Amino acid sequence: MLRDITLGQYYPGSSPIHRLDPRVKIIATLLFIVELFIVNNFIGFAICAAAMAICVIVSKVPLSFIMRGLKPIIIILLFTFLLNIFMVDGKVIWTLGPLEVTKEGLITAIFMAIRLILLIIGSSLLTLTTTPIRLTDGIERLLSPFERFGLPAHDIAMMMSIALRFIPTLLEEADKIMKAQQARGADFESGNIMRRAKSLIPILIPLFVSAFRIAQDLAMAMESRCYRGGKGRTRLHEMRFHRKDVISMIVLFVFLAGIIVERMLVESDI
Amino acid sequence: MSIQVRNLSYVYNAGMPDEQKALDNVSFEVYNGQIASIIGHTGSGKSTLVQHLNGLLKPSEGTIIVGGTDITEAGVAMREIRQKVGLVFQYPEYQLFEETVAADVAFGPKNLGLDEMEINDRVREALSLVGLDVDEVGERSPFDLSGGQKRRVAIAGIIAMRPQVLILDEPTAGLDPGAHREIIDMIRKVHEKEENIVIFVSHNMDDVAALSDKVLVMDRGQLMMSGTPQEIFHQRERLANAGLDIPSAAKLMMQLRKSGCEVPVDALTREDAAKELAAYLQGKSRKC
Repeated sequence: MLRDITLGQYYPGSSPIHRLDPRVKIIATLLFIVELFIVNNFIGFAICAAAMAICVIVSKVPLSFIMRGLKPIIIILLFTFLLNIFMVDGKVIWTLGPLEVTKEGLITAIFMAIRLILLIIGSSLLTLTTTPIRLTDGIERLLSPFERFGLPAHDIAMMMSIALRFIPTLLEEADKIMKAQQARGADFESGNIMRRAKSLIPILIPLFVSAFRIAQDLAMAMESRCYRGGKGRTRLHEMRFHRKDVISMIVLFVFLAGIIVERMLVESDI
Repeated sequence: MSIQVRNLSYVYNAGMPDEQKALDNVSFEVYNGQIASIIGHTGSGKSTLVQHLNGLLKPSEGTIIVGGTDITEAGVAMREIRQKVGLVFQYPEYQLFEETVAADVAFGPKNLGLDEMEINDRVREALSLVGLDVDEVGERSPFDLSGGQKRRVAIAGIIAMRPQVLILDEPTAGLDPGAHREIIDMIRKVHEKEENIVIFVSHNMDDVAALSDKVLVMDRGQLMMSGTPQEIFHQRERLANAGLDIPSAAKLMMQLRKSGCEVPVDALTREDAAKELAAYLQGKSRKC
């Protein structure tokens, strides 16, 4: 049951998107998120969605995989949708008891839903086409200019890759502890919410103890292999900008400019 | 009371491309008063098998009958099964969580809905069975104990539920020789006192030979052999094919015979080997 949780799942492939420098992909994702907030009309969204669709097709990631990323946020999506429908003032088009649906509310709700969906698809495309190691390498390199101001770029990246690496390990550990407590008659599935929350204690405490133990062992193993942080550390995969990466960057910034111009030319929908 | 497993099969990730048969048509029985051991190399399905015996895993096929109840049937009360069949996992000390040893041992009995008096009695008895004194360690934090003590507390947590079948998955893994011996003596003591069925998974053939009435040999998800330790350990080649060894006493006797001593090779435990050797040394047929 715990094994169903997937986080930042990578879809193996060798498409042009997979082979792009991770830094370009991270910047592209950040720019895409910014663009989604610059856009203030439906035509802009259509352009963004089209660009997104091209990227998805090129990446050869099956649509079912991308849709899977939307599943966990369905509740948030529904919640914001309903909130917007009922809470925005304007011309009333439909009433349901004390609740009023306005035309402006409906438009805002649809607008926000599109924005959220594109946001999730955009960022899940990044994790679907980039292995966690390349992703954290990319983040480290992107953050390294800020090291001058005291930002521990290497440590942040190392922490992220360790966290990603140990998610499956801890899930397995949780599964084992859960079974062990079930064998002692623990019951996680019945009772009210307070009882259920309380029934988690026998899982959480051993899990924390295990997490500390694993962390200590890992630290020891890293130290005994002379790990002393990022300084002077070489890497297996050197990152270099190729021509395709430079071209991609140019395309990205042209697209950003295009979105800004579009906002100025077309009338806002909200 | 008996435990009967019939044609048990279990498939991991059924229907997925990485589908894997972890158990394949396993059948055996263990009767009251017996100690059975399960041996097999890593990944042979031992742990998967024991998790079926108290209903933590549901078989893909086959039935498991514990004391007359088919526990694979839908609608069987899991609480009742777990009261009957106690399972001690590998490294059980990692499941300790309460503030005091006594409270941790009481967790199982509490889940059974017993009253406070009864729980206290059971905690005291279970701790004394594993060789700990409730007045001495009862109020201490389980995290302050030594590795061997922690493991004994964890085992006491299951014993306090008074299961009719006690299953231990590699109870001595990772312990030093002293703690190892204590756990083995403890298993014997609990079995004599509670007169229950004990089933334990082990990689230590000396323990298997010394404790068990019945040995089940698992190999790639199948039950390769089952029988008394004598029957099993005399099939050296078949055991070697499954990646398994024979008890060290038996190995010693084989070595002696190889180097020219006509000693009998039936002994499996150190005690028996010593007796046979003594008899041989005093005998007239002695040649070395």
